[in-house]
Amino acid sequence: MTEKRLRILIAKPGLDGHDRGAKVIARALRDAGMEVIYTGLRQTPEMIAEAALQEDVNAVGLSILSGAHMALVPRVLELLSKQGQGNVPVLIGGIIPDEDISQLEKLGVKGIFGPGTNTHHVVESVRQAVEAADVAQD
Amino acid sequence: MESVKQILKGDRLALARLLTKVENEEPSGFEALSALYPHTGGAHRIGITGAPGTGKSSLVNRLALHLRSSGWSEQAKAKSLKIAIVAVDPSSPFTGGAFLGDRIRMRDIFGDPGIFIRSMATRGALGGLARATADMVDVLDAAGFEAIFIETVGAGQAEVDVARMAHTVVVVGAPGLGDDVQAIKAGILEIADILVVNKADLPGAENTLRSLRLVLELASPPDRQPPSEIEETKGEEAAAANWSPPVLPTVATSGDGVAERIQSIHDHYQHLQQSGGLAARERARVRSEMEGLLRESLMEGFLEQQSEGSFESAVESVLNKKKAPRQAVRELVEGKQK
Ligand SMILES: Nc1nc2c(ncn2[C@@H]2O[C@H](COP(=O)(O)OP(=O)(O)OP(=O)(O)O)[C@@H](O)[C@H]2O)c(=O)[nH]1
Ligand SMILES: [Mg+2]
Repeated sequence: MTEKRLRILIAKPGLDGHDRGAKVIARALRDAGMEVIYTGLRQTPEMIAEAALQEDVNAVGLSILSGAHMALVPRVLELLSKQGQGNVPVLIGGIIPDEDISQLEKLGVKGIFGPGTNTHHVVESVRQAVEAADVAQD
Repeated sequence: MESVKQILKGDRLALARLLTKVENEEPSGFEALSALYPHTGGAHRIGITGAPGTGKSSLVNRLALHLRSSGWSEQAKAKSLKIAIVAVDPSSPFTGGAFLGDRIRMRDIFGDPGIFIRSMATRGALGGLARATADMVDVLDAAGFEAIFIETVGAGQAEVDVARMAHTVVVVGAPGLGDDVQAIKAGILEIADILVVNKADLPGAENTLRSLRLVLELASPPDRQPPSEIEETKGEEAAAANWSPPVLPTVATSGDGVAERIQSIHDHYQHLQQSGGLAARERARVRSEMEGLLRESLMEGFLEQQSEGSFESAVESVLNKKKAPRQAVRELVEGKQK
């Protein structure tokens, strides 16, 4: 039997045009032995949820620099839970003001990382979020 | 089995979850696949292979887009096809991780409920696909997808796996890579049913087209005998031998030439059906898959029966130059080794 591998979706919603941060995280996750499904720029919440479903991912990472997180993230969470993937942890990287962080966490976001966060920390957080979700599942 | 019923009813989440189980080689996944297997056989399996970056994903995106809007042919237009795409990218040999990026080029077809895209990593397999790809394609076939595109790793060589798995193999090249010559070396032309020179908007496309056509002409006199290995992978197809692979340009970024490629893929499938080549390919495919599984299962069973470490000590004896590999294996099988 082949070893199970974590499959992580990394997506870049919103209209801003560069994905350097998302790629850095994608590479760190890959180097940690995970399979990263990378969808590229300008993803709508619908596209992200659909990719998460087809790829049956263990976690979703969103990179958001546009400031539109309060519009985008709740929508992704809602779509995931509507399609039966409410247990899939969602983590965010980007510039998120303090007052929004607690609100996003209340909505169920499992990790929020500002610019310059150590990539090892991100990798570990993803791993722990997936483990916690698996435990909750059983 | 609940998931089997759901999948046959078109439940996409159930399908995605079963694909994961099959990919991880879980026994429950194989059970479900056995239950689904009688429902397979409806799909046209199309392999898309070629060197890295030639535009395979971009082309699949266009082909799927076109098929969804216009179908295989004018007559069949009314019926909207269900399409699946399996896109394989390499795993890192060091960490086992992978960067699966083929979806980046498929954003036009993301939201379409008639299309299902699945990315997968090779997980150590070398032939351009993963071990589980064949099983996953069977699951998608049973789930009712009528066209299944299988995009291989862009290795550009040794991708005979896809020739075994697909009914129609499209080899994608591009100008300026010198890959016309490399393609010949790698023997990739022999597996091509259709050759596409993508990026025909770039300089040098005419040259690439011309040299590929020339090579094909040289390689296929009217009574071309397929090389023995290919003959084996594709079956005894005297019939299919009179298909001569077209060499055609596309521009995947704009869509130029895509309608014509759909036509050639469709023509090839009809040719296979009418010539009996399809049955021959199916037989060859099933046979080679079963041979592989038999080999694997015999080896597993054999090693289980051996005393702890006997295989390792046979390896040792070869490393020490006491025995040649073939001799060491024979003695293992005959139970002679100590
Ligand atoms: N000029 C031009 N560029 C193209 C064309 N088709 C694809 N590209 C570009 O070529 C690059 C690679 O395209 P992909 O579709 O990712 O190629 P691929 O063969 O799937 O790549 P791998 O899966 O990594 O082997 C992208 O930047 C595309 O935009 C084309 O017809 N013309
Ligand atoms: Mg690709």
